[in-house]
Amino acid sequence: MIKARVTVTLKNGVLDPQGKAIEGALGALGFDGVGHVRQGKVFDLELQTDDRTKAESDLKAMCDKLLANTVIEDYAIEMA
Amino acid sequence: MKSAVIILPGLNRDRDMIAALTKISGTPPVTVWQTETTIPADVDLIVIPGGFSYGDYLRCGAIAARMPVMQAVRDAAARGTRVIGVCNGFQILLEAGLLPGALMRNASLKFVCREVKLEVVNTETAFTSLYTKGQIIRCPVAHHDGNFFADPDTLARIEGQGQVVFRYAEGTNPNGSLNDIAGLVNESGNVLGLMPHPENLIESAHGGADGRPLFEAALGAVAA
Repeated sequence: MIKARVTVTLKNGVLDPQGKAIEGALGALGFDGVGHVRQGKVFDLELQTDDRTKAESDLKAMCDKLLANTVIEDYAIEMA
Repeated sequence: MKSAVIILPGLNRDRDMIAALTKISGTPPVTVWQTETTIPADVDLIVIPGGFSYGDYLRCGAIAARMPVMQAVRDAAARGTRVIGVCNGFQILLEAGLLPGALMRNASLKFVCREVKLEVVNTETAFTSLYTKGQIIRCPVAHHDGNFFADPDTLARIEGQGQVVFRYAEGTNPNGSLNDIAGLVNESGNVLGLMPHPENLIESAHGGADGRPLFEAALGAVAA
């Protein structure tokens, strides 16, 4: 079994209203000097295979087809 | 003309849409459940209504866009069948790749439920031919994720090709959409997505009928 983590983040240049609101809230809590807060998503998956090459290509396909909207998001794949 | 309404779990504007299509065309639309792989061949207009398909999980419209019925919608659109996606239906068409761009969380971060004004900027489509260019119409909106985004190249392309059909007018942009975009068509002009709800303004009981010409045009017929 392979454990994987997929991180999906907004592309540079895509406005992130939620990140902006979080940034404002951090400032309100007294954390000064925090900038460029961007919100993303993390997916943890278990794949029933030991074939790392296949797992990686499958994970890429999962990201392209569902986990990320590549119009606005980038993704990164880590395998344990 | 015969119409079809796509039904997915979590939609909640389907009954409004069915009522509007029935009143305007004189015939109830057929309803097509998400697991169907075909849409009746004699359907001329497919509508994906609004709501919260799959609870807006992952991204609005993302899971709905991967359901079997959407391949049938894609095939019908490729054959030239007219397709309208309203609100969540617009989000689903974008997630399915039938329209360019994406819809992000409203810039205000708030759900907006109110009436806006729309400018009809392109009347040379199957959906807007009964409006006049530059006409300002009233329309209700109700959404949390209607903030249209596209990268600069895509935005320039859809603007250059006249794919933007409706813009929020007179400072009524409720969500921060780029270029005040409220609705757009695909390159072939037979697929329309829009955030506002024209189906909720089709008769005097609604307080106005500014949305009615859209369906009259798309259906190519007016009920007797």
